[in-house]
Amino acid sequence: MKPPPFRYVDPTTVEEALALLARHGADARVLAGGQSLMPLLNFRLARPAHVIDVNRLDALGAIAPAADGGLRLGALARQRALERSALVRERCPLLAQALPLVGHPQIRARGTLGGSLAHADPAAELPAAMVALEARLTLRRAGGERTVAAGDFFVGLLTTALAPDELLTEIQLPSWPARTGSGVREVAKRHGDFALGGVAATLTLDGQGRVARARIVGFGVGPVPVRMVEAERALAGGAPTPAALAEAGRLASAAVDPPDDIHASAAYRRRLAGVLATRALTDALASATGRAA
Amino acid sequence: MSERRTITLTVNGQPRDATVETRLTLVDLLREELRLTGTHVGCEHGVCGACTVLVDGEAVRGCLLLAVQADGRHVETVEGLAPDPAHLNALQTELVRHHGVQCGFCTGGILMSLTAMLRDTPRPSEAGIRETLAGHLCRCTGYQGMVDAVLALVAAR
Repeated sequence: MKPPPFRYVDPTTVEEALALLARHGADARVLAGGQSLMPLLNFRLARPAHVIDVNRLDALGAIAPAADGGLRLGALARQRALERSALVRERCPLLAQALPLVGHPQIRARGTLGGSLAHADPAAELPAAMVALEARLTLRRAGGERTVAAGDFFVGLLTTALAPDELLTEIQLPSWPARTGSGVREVAKRHGDFALGGVAATLTLDGQGRVARARIVGFGVGPVPVRMVEAERALAGGAPTPAALAEAGRLASAAVDPPDDIHASAAYRRRLAGVLATRALTDALASATGRAA
Repeated sequence: MSERRTITLTVNGQPRDATVETRLTLVDLLREELRLTGTHVGCEHGVCGACTVLVDGEAVRGCLLLAVQADGRHVETVEGLAPDPAHLNALQTELVRHHGVQCGFCTGGILMSLTAMLRDTPRPSEAGIRETLAGHLCRCTGYQGMVDAVLALVAAR
């Protein structure tokens, strides 16, 4: 028996899950897709007194259109289901681009969107994509709920704004603006490994073909998804020329303070952030103007 | 503290009951309780792919699912692939023919992932085959034989 002993509960309603979190939150872990928590349990790196399995909360698995043209995604929506969803491809191309980079198909079959966000691995693609998309996250607790912007949700290494008694229940994605393209680029040692570094970007053009808005977010280059604000500002209002995208990459590189570890040096990751920002923006420009990248 | 639960699942078409500790993983249920040892246990954190089985048709890591989470589900393992004890199925046959098997440690998981892929995508591209195999570690074959085996299987259809 590999996992340590814990009390296992698998509530069938969200209210029941919230009541359990209210009672045991500080000593409990929420089990969603299990692709991060189960390894921690198997290695006994996590020893929660209670495991609250939310997999029976079918209501949290929805992939639904929002009235404003965006999407309402249940936190328990499987990554594989999102990847196969025509609605996601149509309404949120950036998410569709990011999903195939998450682990392997066998991991995405169980892994959930909400689980990836709540685990908040700094090298994960989905947290960065949510920040770039300006997603809003619904956090529920017994007797209340609040909505947090993705940019405020990730507060530190593997740490989020979730309180011990809160459950992430839904992710709202705003409607995809006209003349908007997106790109996600990463470098990993092997396909499916956590990225050494990566960038998710969106680019919205105005009627004259100038940049109306850019969102550039790095992952694996800091403790949380890193929004590269200077690079975004430099692009806004100008023509998206190759020189402008290269300059945005230079500013993106300067914006990060990545970690040094056995996989790559900080200097390598800093350079990577800039190169990948320019490539992701180039992909975004191509899709915004309707050309293949 | 050892909680137990009685579960009922279908394994390779056969209904099975088991009374298990709630912290038991699915792969340990299959191997230790049901004695289906064709599914192997490697890294136990979802990386190596040796424990891959199908749950309701999806290829998943048997080490990252609790046995109790398989209650009421259809589980397929490598033991369910061959039509009878004397014969291999077409995918298994091609894998042998193309030297996609050596020590066999990874083979059960790889066969299950490829089985799920071929049901989903009967005519996969070489890139699609490699994407599926990327979720598995094999230290013997270098993977090329496995790619060749699936391409041969698809070409023969």
